[in-house]
Parts: sequence; C-alpha cells; structure tokens
Amino acid sequence: MEPQFDYVLKAVEERQVRLIRLWFTDVLGQLKSVAISPAELDSAFEEGVHFDGSAIDGFSRVQESDVIAKPDPSTFELMPWADGGSTGRMFCDISNPDGTAFSGDPRHILKRNLREAEANGYALFVAPEMEFFYFADGNPNHQPELLDSGSFFDLTTSDVASDLRRRTISVLEAMSIPVEYSFHEDSPSQHEIDLRYTDALTMADQIMTFRLVVRELALERDRYASFMPKPIAGIQGSGMHLHLSLFGEHGNAFHDPEAEYGLSEVGRAFTAGLLRHAREITAVTNQLVNSYKRLVNGFEAPVWISWAQQNRSALVRVPVTRVDKPSSTRIEYRSPDPSCNPYLAFSVLVAAGMKGITEGYELPGELKQNLNELSASEAGKLGVSALPASLAEALDEMERSELVQEALGDHIFEWFLRNKRSEWADYKAHVSPWELQRYLPSW
Amino acid sequence: MDKTNFAVFTGQPDAATNPAIVEVIRTLTMAGHHAIEVRDIQDLKALRPAAGWSGSVVPVGTTNEATTEAWGYCRDSRRIEDTIIPVLVLIGGSHVSELSDRNEQFDDFILSPFHPSEMQARISHLLWRSGQAPGPEIVELGPLLLNVETYQASLQNRPLDLTFMEYELLKFLAVSPGKVFSREILLNRVWGYEYFGGARTVDVHVRRLRAKFGEEHAHLIQTVRSVGYKLDQSRAI
Repeated sequence: MEPQFDYVLKAVEERQVRLIRLWFTDVLGQLKSVAISPAELDSAFEEGVHFDGSAIDGFSRVQESDVIAKPDPSTFELMPWADGGSTGRMFCDISNPDGTAFSGDPRHILKRNLREAEANGYALFVAPEMEFFYFADGNPNHQPELLDSGSFFDLTTSDVASDLRRRTISVLEAMSIPVEYSFHEDSPSQHEIDLRYTDALTMADQIMTFRLVVRELALERDRYASFMPKPIAGIQGSGMHLHLSLFGEHGNAFHDPEAEYGLSEVGRAFTAGLLRHAREITAVTNQLVNSYKRLVNGFEAPVWISWAQQNRSALVRVPVTRVDKPSSTRIEYRSPDPSCNPYLAFSVLVAAGMKGITEGYELPGELKQNLNELSASEAGKLGVSALPASLAEALDEMERSELVQEALGDHIFEWFLRNKRSEWADYKAHVSPWELQRYLPSW
Repeated sequence: MDKTNFAVFTGQPDAATNPAIVEVIRTLTMAGHHAIEVRDIQDLKALRPAAGWSGSVVPVGTTNEATTEAWGYCRDSRRIEDTIIPVLVLIGGSHVSELSDRNEQFDDFILSPFHPSEMQARISHLLWRSGQAPGPEIVELGPLLLNVETYQASLQNRPLDLTFMEYELLKFLAVSPGKVFSREILLNRVWGYEYFGGARTVDVHVRRLRAKFGEEHAHLIQTVRSVGYKLDQSRAI
C-alpha cells in the first residue's frame, strides 16, 4: 500500500475520526461532498467511490451518469470545527468507470493546464486576496444587513466580526492554509483575508476550503458570510485579486534584477497574454450576472485592460517588491471575484499567460493615469479596451475564444456557455425595482 | 511498542526441531526483537501484530512431512496480502539441496546448528535491505514529539494534525536537530523527486508547519538566511 494511504489510515485510527468527507467541485464552483466511514476508506483508496453524477451541475449526461470519486490522500485534513474534530476531509479526482479522467471535473481540467505549463518548464504559484461580507442573515428577501460601520484597518476589537475573523484564521491555519494578512476592508462589514502563496492546484483546493470555513463559522455564530461580488449597490464589491508568479528550474521566472520593476521577459510576456485574452476569459473569472456590477467605474475594481506598477484602476499591477527578495516578484490580476470556480479561473489564466510566453507577445506600455473617469473616446485615443460590461458580453467573447475552449475542454466549455446563457436569459426577462422606480412615474 | 515482530514457524513441534526453535527465540529476543511462535499460516494471520510482521524465521525440519509443511508455510507467507519479508530459513547442512528452485520462497538461509551472532547479523542485514532498518521510534525535541510508528506528532501533548508531506518534512528535520538543510536537499530527500518550483514548495510547507505549531512554537523551525532550514529548540538564530 502506498505510504500516503497508510498515513491517512493511521491518522484516522489514531485521531478517532468517525466520518470522512470526500470533496469535489461542480462546474459552477460549488463544493460537493460524499461522506464515508473509516471502514470504507480502504476501498475508497483502492477503487474509489461510485456515485451518480447526473444530479451534479455540469457533470454527466443522463446516459452515462456513473462516475467515480478517488480521494487524493495528500489533501487529508481534519475539520477542526465540525463534530468536535472527528471529521476529516479529502479532495477527490473524478474518473469515468473505465478509469479515464472525467472531462467535467474542474480539478482535472486545472491539472491538465498546469501540466502543460510544466511541460514548458513552469509551475504556477498563486496568492489570493479574499474579500467577503458578514451580514446579519442570509435572507434574500431584504437588503443585506451590515454588522458594523467600520472602515479600512479599523481596530474594533470588541465586535463580533473581528472575533469571527480571528477564529476563522485559526481554523484555516490548522488546515494547512496559512494566512498572510487579514483586515477590515473599506466597506462596512467587509473583510479581507490574504492567503499565503502556494502552487495553483493546492490554492484552488484551499479557496474551496476557505469559502466553506468562512461561511460555516459565520453560521455557527448566527451570522451570514457572503462571497457575492456586489451585494450592495454604492459600496465596494468583493474581489479576489490574484498574485501570480511562475517558478522554473532557476527559481522565480518573473524576476530579473536588471529589468524595469524587476519583471523579467517571461513575466512581461505572461502579463501580455493575460491582457490580450482578458476579454475572453472574463466570463470564467467573473461568472455571475452580479459580477459585472462590481466591474464599474468609481470603485477599486478594474474596467480597462491595462497594466501599471502603482495604479489601482489597472487590470494588472506589478507590486513593488524588495530587491533582496527575488522570490516575491509577481503580478496581480485584479478582475476576478470570489464567486468564481477557482479551478477553471486558474485554468484560463495560466492558458492565457502561457500563450503570451510561447507566442512571445509584446507587453503594451504602462498606463499610469487613473482610468476611473476615462471616457470611451479617450480610451480609444489611448488604445485601451474595456473588460466586458455584462455577463452576456463576456459570454459572446468566450464563445469566440479558441483559447478558452482548449483550456476548459469541450465538455465544460459547452456546458458552461449553455448554463450561463440561460442565467442571462432569466435575468434579462426580470423587471427590477430600479426600472419601476425610474419608469413607472413617467410612463 | 515493538518495532520488529518476528514470526517463528514451529509447525507441529517434534523432538528434532524443538531445541532449534527455543534457540531461535532466544537469539531473536537477545537482539531486541519480539519473537512470536506460529504453527501455520492461519496463526500467522491471526497473531499479526498491529504494526505488522517484520519478518519470519523458518526452521525447515528433517522429516519429509515437516519439510513439506515448512516450505508450504514459506510459500503461503509470500501470498498473503501483507507479504512477509524477509523470510530467513534455518536448514540442516545435509538438506541444502532443498534450497534449489525455491528462490522465491525465502530471502536468506542459515545452516543449523547456527551461531547466534551470525543469525543476528543476518537478520539486521535483511531488515536493512527490506527498508526496516531500526531507527528511533520516538523522536523528541523539546516540546515536540514524533512517533515514527503511528505517524503521530504532538506539541506539548497537544496532537498536531499534519498532512503526509508536512509530517515527512518535520520528521526529516527532527532526526537531525540543529543541522541546517538547504531547500534542494530537503526537496530531494523528503519529496524524493525533481519538481519545478520545488524549492518554493519547501517554503510553503515550512510556513504551514509553523502555522500549525502556533506563534509560541513557530520558532522551532528556523530559517537560516540564504542556506535553508533547521529544527532547533534554541531561540537564537
């Protein structure tokens, strides 16, 4: 038996684990779970766990609905907050009954894209800034109720939210998810927890765990945590800025001490790839109708496709790093929001960036001015294009994109587009309170 | 917490093999191993210690019946799920020809009567060859305790729940406290493969371990600038 399997079996025995949750992710980025008992663990490692995938979004067509979840022993962790710590969890890879990888499994899609980058000599490392809100409850029938009116870096030590955030961090760290910084964001009730970089696959797993931990711990205290990109009009939405770097045989491939901002040719080409394909990949990094209400002028969210060192309105930022820390040279991609499926988002990002490297894209010039108030005609003069303004526009761009189709594979590409077209159709047919207020009095 | 449990095959004991078995058990016990008598393959399965068998010593008898039984046991012990390795066969000088064409059934042999120190030397060599070289079962470093047998770690009696690679990294550092290892060495020896961005992976795991240790004990793993990491109780860097 593989030592990794043995390790998990021993841990389950020694720590008196009573339940093991096998986790996987549907195409829309929702966490799914099958629970097994310790007695079933052996066979789960050997043969996997069969289940009917037809009920899971983006998984199987009805005729071929049987899939197998195979737990990845390297991801075994106890869930310290659940059932007195007697529950463990592992992420799974999903395969078909014949043993081949299932093409609707987002984790598999990310692995495939990362393998392609590895074939070129690079491993993608990611560190996300996770933003979210704590609300009094999750009732969708009224405006979300804020817990406080704190602002950026506020030290309201006594409040429930800071207490919650502290407990959340200790649970995360116990689950191998080190936290870099955490603070109160600039909107009331909004919080940010920045995770320490790790390889892209582990980070996608960590984001799935993160969202669950934040939500469950909030519920434990009778609060509701939300990763909705723009829950309240007029205040900052929640983003998920991603710090990206590639590591190769000789360390950080983005670092070149001689280059401008320390960013190497590889880093510039990767960034150029992200910028050139930004419109095509946005449906994946910002997948909700609501995502596009965050990507508007006047807030700290990008609208224009540009890069700069110090410009909070740019899509890509090149953070200032210490000269003696070559490993920290990186770029920050600022449009994604925390409602995305991290496996698919990382897949399209690495595909776009690697395309820039393999095709040798030129990075356009840096745009230092604040683009927040840029008009369309000024943008035209600068040669800057905008991110898609709506889910519909983003889907049109995605549908035309060979890059996204290749990165996601036909199965997910097709399913995602159909599902999201239908989401847009529902939204389009809806008559909102805004419309009534605006039009009913005069028409 | 016996690390090395040996199954000593007795068959249906008769006057001829009995003294040899007693001698085998004494020799194993003197060398710090745990010797358990098994009459047949059913016994071997039923008496399996929690940590598994470290190997088996099989005196091959002199009668036809006893010989057949002993070789049958050897073959069966290779077939069961938790294969018994190594198998050391004890055989009389006049029966050496029986070894031919049975290479798959044993790992080494020793002539009967045997010299205890020869048997001990053969056993420790066989254990080393099968990757069971006895190492410390408990690694202790200040508040940190690692049980190599059960894969469990604790810090000031508080269990540490680690992933497999976190545990392996910590164990590697803990067996040589105070010694500085470069990221490349750690990657090579702990992960055991070439991997892009690998040195970065070592940093990631060190950070995770420190987070699990908590602030009070995070300093146990020390960063040695531009060299690597070491596990050390002292606070000085």
